[in-house]
Amino acid sequence: MTPQRKRRGSTLAMWALGLCALALLLILLDSGRLAALHAEALRQGQARAMSDQLTDPALFTEARFARHASQADRHAAFQDHPMALEHFPAGSLMPPPDATALMPPP
Amino acid sequence: MSFPHNAWLESQRGLIDFSIANLGRRRGRNLGLFLAYTLLVFLLASVVLYGDALRREARLLLADAPELVVQRLTAGRHDLLPAEWLDRVRGLRGVRAAEGRLWGYHYDPAAQANYTLLAPNDAPPAPGQVEIGAALARASGLDVGDVLSLRGFDGKPFAFNISRVFEAESELVSADLMRVNAADFRAFFGVEPDLYTDLALSVANPREVRKVAEKVLDRLPGARVIAREEMRRTYEAAFNWRQGVLLTFLSTILLAFALLAWDKASGLSAEERREIGILKALGWDTGDVLRMKLWEGALVSLCAFLVGYTLAWLHVFYADAPLFTAVLKGWSVLYPQFRLAPQIDLAQIATLFFLTVLPYVAATIAPVWRAATLDPDEVMRE
Repeated sequence: MTPQRKRRGSTLAMWALGLCALALLLILLDSGRLAALHAEALRQGQARAMSDQLTDPALFTEARFARHASQADRHAAFQDHPMALEHFPAGSLMPPPDATALMPPP
Repeated sequence: MSFPHNAWLESQRGLIDFSIANLGRRRGRNLGLFLAYTLLVFLLASVVLYGDALRREARLLLADAPELVVQRLTAGRHDLLPAEWLDRVRGLRGVRAAEGRLWGYHYDPAAQANYTLLAPNDAPPAPGQVEIGAALARASGLDVGDVLSLRGFDGKPFAFNISRVFEAESELVSADLMRVNAADFRAFFGVEPDLYTDLALSVANPREVRKVAEKVLDRLPGARVIAREEMRRTYEAAFNWRQGVLLTFLSTILLAFALLAWDKASGLSAEERREIGILKALGWDTGDVLRMKLWEGALVSLCAFLVGYTLAWLHVFYADAPLFTAVLKGWSVLYPQFRLAPQIDLAQIATLFFLTVLPYVAATIAPVWRAATLDPDEVMRE
């Protein structure tokens, strides 16, 4: 009877790394598949945005400065004045626009 | 699996065997470290994948937004503008078309939600009819054929017949929308017939947008002009690495990682130092000890990185990112259900890799190098 050979740690490590790398490869392939699946939804969203002349996504609907961030008052998210206490949680996610980025180039 | 017989390869295999055995000896500690590391990569990768996908989605959805929006400012705040402004901007050179937009908000106490009412210029609904977003339909429990009853500006009830619920695919732009006829909009909000919320301008030559905006401001000094590029930049900024949504998540994650790395770099346990001393006494040189520890750190961090990234992928693109939904939702009652398409590139993976794996490996190696360069006798006696 031959003694059972113990599996070497390096073999296990290579298998684990190989499996993880395979998962990464599948992710890269999956990204193309998901993008193709999403194309129709994106087209419908674009058509709605174009026909209704929409300017903002409906991601934050709790406050007007967050619902239409691009159309909000200049000092939104702090709606009342620049030092005002922020009322809505969305204010921490949707900062006021960067004034320097919106300035015309010299 | 068989490996080619090569002295260098065989020595590396030996070091990996030893590293694996070493990891197994402190199984509980290393498993905890691996799980914490995986969680860290998972959160960081989820944030990056979600943020990039949202930014791309916003950019593509709003690619055909009005080139210029003209608002009227009264005492620094957005105000309704007179219809005669339309004639004044239509005459400007470079303006191809100008249309008045009618839109506003209505808070519905029954659903405790804010709706965005819009009177479109293109294919408006018939008088008395309303087309609503899918999230609004869900929140109010209404469907096609039902009546949506709201109180108008004067407190009188206003009944709209629901003629359409928008397709779920467009929910990211239409979740809270109510599309109504212009006459209904004016009657509901009490807006005079010669007033608009703002103007949408299209420009003949896209390269002249800024020039046209300047002309509009010359002619209408009380106006504020918002270019499509600025709308796009607003969302670029909100979903950017350094601001808004991502910063909220990233700050805690990066702090946690800094703590982990600092804990690692601050020193080895007495047992680990004694072990290094014994290895050196047995004839290992400093290089061998460093290589062994390098393999140990690399194996843990590589596996944690790849597992964490895969989990993040599943979380964002297959489970609809439930961790972020709770945060993004805030106090919103109407929240869109949407799927995102991945925006993946190798540079993004490489950035994540360098942000997580390299600092960890470096933090692991530094204290080992300090211990491995000491005299074995000194290390074992400590």
